[in-house]
Amino acid sequence: MNWFTSSFGSSIGKKLLMALTGLCFVLFLVVHLAGNLTLYGGGDLFNSYAEHLHSLGFLINISEFGLLFFALIHIITGTFLFLENLKARPVRYAVNKTGGGRTIGSFSMPYTGLFMLIFIITHLLNFHFVDKTNTTIYDIVTNAFSNPLYVMFYVASMVVVAIHISHGFWSLFQTIGFEHPKYTPFITGLSTVLSIVFGVGFGFIPIYISFIV
Amino acid sequence: MTTAKTINLNLKVWRQNGPKDKGRFEEYRASDISTDSSFLEMLDVVNEKLTIEGKEPIAFDHDCREGICGMCGTVINGRPHGPEKGTTLCQLHMRHFSDGDTIAIEPWRARAFKVIKDLVVDRSPLDKLIQTAGYISANAGGCPDGNAVPIPQEIAEKSMDAAACIGCGACVASCPNASAMLFVGAKVSHLGLLPQGKPEAAMRAISMVREMDRLGFGNCGNERECEAECPKEISITNIARLNREFFKASFFSSVM
Ligand code: SF4
Ligand code: FES
Repeated sequence: MNWFTSSFGSSIGKKLLMALTGLCFVLFLVVHLAGNLTLYGGGDLFNSYAEHLHSLGFLINISEFGLLFFALIHIITGTFLFLENLKARPVRYAVNKTGGGRTIGSFSMPYTGLFMLIFIITHLLNFHFVDKTNTTIYDIVTNAFSNPLYVMFYVASMVVVAIHISHGFWSLFQTIGFEHPKYTPFITGLSTVLSIVFGVGFGFIPIYISFIV
Repeated sequence: MTTAKTINLNLKVWRQNGPKDKGRFEEYRASDISTDSSFLEMLDVVNEKLTIEGKEPIAFDHDCREGICGMCGTVINGRPHGPEKGTTLCQLHMRHFSDGDTIAIEPWRARAFKVIKDLVVDRSPLDKLIQTAGYISANAGGCPDGNAVPIPQEIAEKSMDAAACIGCGACVASCPNASAMLFVGAKVSHLGLLPQGKPEAAMRAISMVREMDRLGFGNCGNERECEAECPKEISITNIARLNREFFKASFFSSVM
């Protein structure tokens, strides 16, 4: 094995891959949320935002491929980590109790991750890989969220995203080694703030749409 | 905390004849246990009774019984070293339990730690980690003058905090992923922070992480259970430092 594969193949190297790709997704979500907020401005604003976005052309294609590539790394590495961790304790404890370290976010990472994968596939099928001839993206969105089942699924998914990020965000900095008494409290605080902002920011959109249609 | 002088307890103890045995829980009654005794002394009382009855006493690890050697340790009702913070099992007193309590006692559980008998596990993988690179090489020369090598107080403190690790393995036992990152982080920090440990820092970080993976420990998920259960309250700041040292060594040093 050369230095590259042995570094990234090690336990810490795999965690680094999770951390860096995870950070990219958080940055993506910031942009995504900012764009989605145009929905509150009504159909015209949202449609023109979508048009502007797609007029970026090549840039958009690169970003999409980048995200897909990072997603694959995050999912594959995460699966490896999950299975290795199961294997690391073949006989489980009869009594399990936390010493106070774990949070809902930290213990559910693999499961919230899997749920998010299912959500993302559904989400892309709903709004990305759809026939957009003779209709606008705003119509597609309002149409989808007139179905209460979709609204419920989307809101639940955003709660799951919030839980995943509540641990993922500060944890990625710890993994990268970006940790110091000077700013670690800020990062852990930001972790909570971000998860609430994403949860409420994205989660309220389907509710809002279902009310106005 | 109970104020009674003695208490009676129901124990559910993991019994396993050897590494190949499947093992099972067995129930024992611990009667008239002084609340001033330690958890291990309570087990001594139970064992004495078992011995008199001609039964096999419960095997458990211990040595100094004053919280400094790292030999003792079992999981008490799901908590390594029991429910008290910053306390080894030998320093855990029975006054923290109440009359009539049921206490489940299990060995450390990890693929890397094989059960030898009952509550005794093989923690030699931690020794192997030390042998790999948890040392400094000082092959020649006389003793240098004190203060010839200036070390800032803050660095000395950080190194000492990490050096408080007694190698008990509770971090591995408490980690949901059975990871040894707190132990390795403590060693890498305590040596690597000091000038004497710097020359081998890159080699140390890479070798110890590779050995840790090879020995079958899990991957750190930053769940923070280790620092909550560590009897020496070693902080996960040492894990972040290990990560930094590992990246520095992997991407910026000539160590392969
Ligand atoms: S880091 Fe703490 S829990 Fe882990 S071996 Fe050292 S003293 Fe024990
Ligand atoms: S017996 Fe030495 S630390 Fe408990």
